[in-house]
Amino acid sequence: MTPEAAQAPSRAARQALRLARQAGEVIDRTQSFTFTWNGDPVAAYPGDTIVSALAAAGVRVFSRSFKYHRPRGVLSATGLDPGCLVQVDDEPNVRGAQRRVEPGMAVVAQNAWPSLRFDVKAANRWMSRFLPPGFYYKTFMKPQRLWPTYQRVLRGFAPGGRLKADVAPAYYDKRYAHADVLVAGGGPAGMAAALAAAEAGARVLLVEEEPELGGHLRWGDAADLAALAHLRRAIASASGVEVVVDAVVTGRYDDNWIAVVQRGVPGVFERLWKVRARSLVVSPGLIERPYVFAGNDLPGVMLATGVRRLINLWAVKPGERAVVFTANAAGDAAAADLERVGVEVARVVDARRGEDVHRARGRRGVRVVELADGSRVACDLLVTAVGWTAPTSLLNMAGDRPVYDPRAARFRPGGQHPREVLVAGGLAGDGALHELVVHATLVGRAAAAVGAGRAPVTVPALPVDDHPALFQGRTHGFVDCSEDVSSKDIVSAAREGYDSVELAKRYTTVTMGAAQGKLETMNTVAILAAARGDTIGEVGTTVWRPPFAPITLGALAGRMFEPIRRSPLQGWHEAHGARPLVAGQWIRPDHYGDPEAEVRNVRRNVGLIDVTPLGKLDLRGPDVPRLLNFVYVNKWSKLDVGAVRYGVMCGEDGVVLDDGVTGRLSPDRWLMSTTSSRADAVYEWIESWLQTEHPEWRVFVTPVTTDYASMNVAGPRSRDLLARVTEEVDLTPAAFPYMQVRTARVAGVAGCVTWRIGFTGELSYELHVPAAYGLHVWETLLAAGADLGAAPFGVEAQRIMRLEKGHAIVGQDTDGLTQAQSAALGGLVKLDKEDFAGKPELVWKAAHVPDPLLVGLQPLDATIVPAEASLIVEGEKRIVGRITSSRMSPTLGRALCLGFVAAHLAAPGTVVTVKLPDGSRIRATVMPQLAHFDAEGSRLRG
Amino acid sequence: MILVPCPYCGPRNASEFRWGGEARPRPPVGTVTPEAWRAYLYLRRNVAGWTVESWYHRAGCRRFFCAERHTVTNEFRAAYLPGAADRPREQNAGESLAAGREEVV
Repeated sequence: MTPEAAQAPSRAARQALRLARQAGEVIDRTQSFTFTWNGDPVAAYPGDTIVSALAAAGVRVFSRSFKYHRPRGVLSATGLDPGCLVQVDDEPNVRGAQRRVEPGMAVVAQNAWPSLRFDVKAANRWMSRFLPPGFYYKTFMKPQRLWPTYQRVLRGFAPGGRLKADVAPAYYDKRYAHADVLVAGGGPAGMAAALAAAEAGARVLLVEEEPELGGHLRWGDAADLAALAHLRRAIASASGVEVVVDAVVTGRYDDNWIAVVQRGVPGVFERLWKVRARSLVVSPGLIERPYVFAGNDLPGVMLATGVRRLINLWAVKPGERAVVFTANAAGDAAAADLERVGVEVARVVDARRGEDVHRARGRRGVRVVELADGSRVACDLLVTAVGWTAPTSLLNMAGDRPVYDPRAARFRPGGQHPREVLVAGGLAGDGALHELVVHATLVGRAAAAVGAGRAPVTVPALPVDDHPALFQGRTHGFVDCSEDVSSKDIVSAAREGYDSVELAKRYTTVTMGAAQGKLETMNTVAILAAARGDTIGEVGTTVWRPPFAPITLGALAGRMFEPIRRSPLQGWHEAHGARPLVAGQWIRPDHYGDPEAEVRNVRRNVGLIDVTPLGKLDLRGPDVPRLLNFVYVNKWSKLDVGAVRYGVMCGEDGVVLDDGVTGRLSPDRWLMSTTSSRADAVYEWIESWLQTEHPEWRVFVTPVTTDYASMNVAGPRSRDLLARVTEEVDLTPAAFPYMQVRTARVAGVAGCVTWRIGFTGELSYELHVPAAYGLHVWETLLAAGADLGAAPFGVEAQRIMRLEKGHAIVGQDTDGLTQAQSAALGGLVKLDKEDFAGKPELVWKAAHVPDPLLVGLQPLDATIVPAEASLIVEGEKRIVGRITSSRMSPTLGRALCLGFVAAHLAAPGTVVTVKLPDGSRIRATVMPQLAHFDAEGSRLRG
Repeated sequence: MILVPCPYCGPRNASEFRWGGEARPRPPVGTVTPEAWRAYLYLRRNVAGWTVESWYHRAGCRRFFCAERHTVTNEFRAAYLPGAADRPREQNAGESLAAGREEVV
């Protein structure tokens, strides 16, 4: 510590409220360190939470509240405390009463300016009349032109910490687990259930929110600590129990698919577990409930369990002079603990004798408490112990609805959860520690039996003790300290008509804060019931949904694993300056610097393009022609060996699904090609028909897309080039005409499937080379064709050339509604075939003029290239089509398009109006055919 | 997420499958009316109760099969390959699959 810091306010050296060693404390007094609180150094021990260390140093106010900026302190000393959200370094909204403090942490208060002590926005309390629940539905609405101002002002009042925009992303990960029994909650009941399940042979996962097992035993008396030690030893020596601490079961989904969020893993900010458990034991214990009365949110008003935690876990003195308002054994035990550590218990107010607390008064903390009998007691600590809330969330996620038990004054499981979800501990009922342990042991055995499919184990129900129904005193107080909702707000919401519990919740925002109702729901329901004149059971609770505990978006996202597919030639493309194009999962070469030059080279000399992503399916069997006839709209019964045909596939609604060429390599072997993006979908489409509708057909389909490196050799000199490196096949036009396929030896590689087809419109050969030899063949071709002008071309050049030839691309020049006739493919459809996919719709559609129709278009101004998806309009507002493909053509020196136009505008020569994205309009002519260049196809067939 | 009982692979996470919706017979294309064909394309019974659906084990055995599922509770009571589409296994009819899980495979 620096000399300056040593003379800093005495908090650093003095821990004014740290007690002597407590039997069950979790702090390690041999290693002290410091951290800072609003810039001042503070001392702490390992095992301290941020709040426990600050409380030991005498801090009582930890934040200012959401709306009214009231000072707030410790309530329960758990992660649920609404008043203990702090900023730690760059992380906002840290639950300070749960987060363990570390050396060097810089902790800062939230929601207070300029300081916690003097917060300017506390002036809001004078505005409370204008800030009732739902005020934003009634105020700050007119005039509308002031909305930006209202936004700026209101944003300044938004609570919570500060987010830095440039924080480096943290590391999150996931873990998958399969457990026979997952136990949610590692208190005594959870531990007993885990032990029993493991002994019965189950693999058990025991999940506990705190950093160590034990639940309420950890801050209990000597007998509790002894029982805790015994249970901990048993767990440690049991085989078959995996313990996960600092972890919360945050969601239970169908079939016990369970989400667990874990902290405290070194190097990992948060870890999300996805667990499939055969059975789930829910043993979260009970949560203590605050009492509603005037001043109940003042620092110094604490729950009995909070006081016991501070004293017994962290050896912190909660105050000097206390009033204890108790209705149960927990309150009595808190009073005993306080006396034991030297806190003056000025008065014990016993609700069981009808006594009550009226009001707590103070500015920055409790100063005096007014009781129902009229007396006033000076104190700085008011402890309440008025009852318990059952956290039934996980059961509710499993389909249960909680039922109110008026004798016990709490909601309890309704018993509607499935067999694979079991309940143990306080959630199931009440009793002495050994009774709960016995019950939990039976539950553990039952859970193991359910998972293993054995005969069910009967578990007798636990008794439920009576408890006084104490929710609100005689005065109005805060119900939800996260959202600053008071009991008065709930009553007025009911009066305004928001009287169902779901409406009241959303209108007042009660239970919508950081604790998500765990501290607030019970009181809300009780107050609403009183306001409505109904019973608590009739009002019911709101629906509990995941997550039970907060989870960061980073943990849900986890690490990104995006598969990338590369052809064997991709390395060559990158080394030669290819600009990458992301096409689905594939990386492809878009161009090598000048796509227009590439086009010119193909049309003049010869070019090579890598088309490996092209979908390829190997089809074998005697019934392949039947399959082809069924999935394609045209006829395939007579396709000779060595012949290739173009086919179009439609869905059952007649919409174009895919197109491609299929060739017959041998009497019973065909090779089908599909568009690259549809390779997987077409395979599934074909399999669905073969498996479901025609299992009697003998056809075997094998996807071979990645078995081949595919490349297209295109241009007037392509035959010359190929002849130099090809054996076993006669390439002369007579022997190898257009739309034929051969298997050749190219560059010494056998088994290269060689098609004579032409997407680009030039004489071209498509080679499918066994993938391992792809690069060799590619480089050999380029080297052999150097004097012929052989050069690579990319996807962009191919797009330009296919557009010049009017070849439509399914998915670009067709959409989800384009039936075959609209895509100008009507001529291909053979309606006299007995059956094929989509036949009925295509038959009915054939009776009408296609509307819209895909046509070729040329802008009147040859230099304007309309953006793709520009609309074609008629008059001021009527949309009659759109541009689907559009490029500047180096071959023709003008802009070329394909697009849809309505039937009445589809006649060749019609001039249509195209509306560009900037709003301007140009005119374009409908062409007589789709091809803008070489419509007869003479270059192809040479 | 629910477990789907694949007839070949046993119960697997639903994310491995593609749900094909209600299984319904394909009308004969020669004689079907436009109304009946479009009902086949677009209309579903959409019951809150037991339904027969088509599933595809995309990330597993890549087989299509039919399953009977209760749309409210997500219980499965039968799963069979398309060849047996007309005949759910008698001993599983009406029972939850959870009871007879080992029998399906």
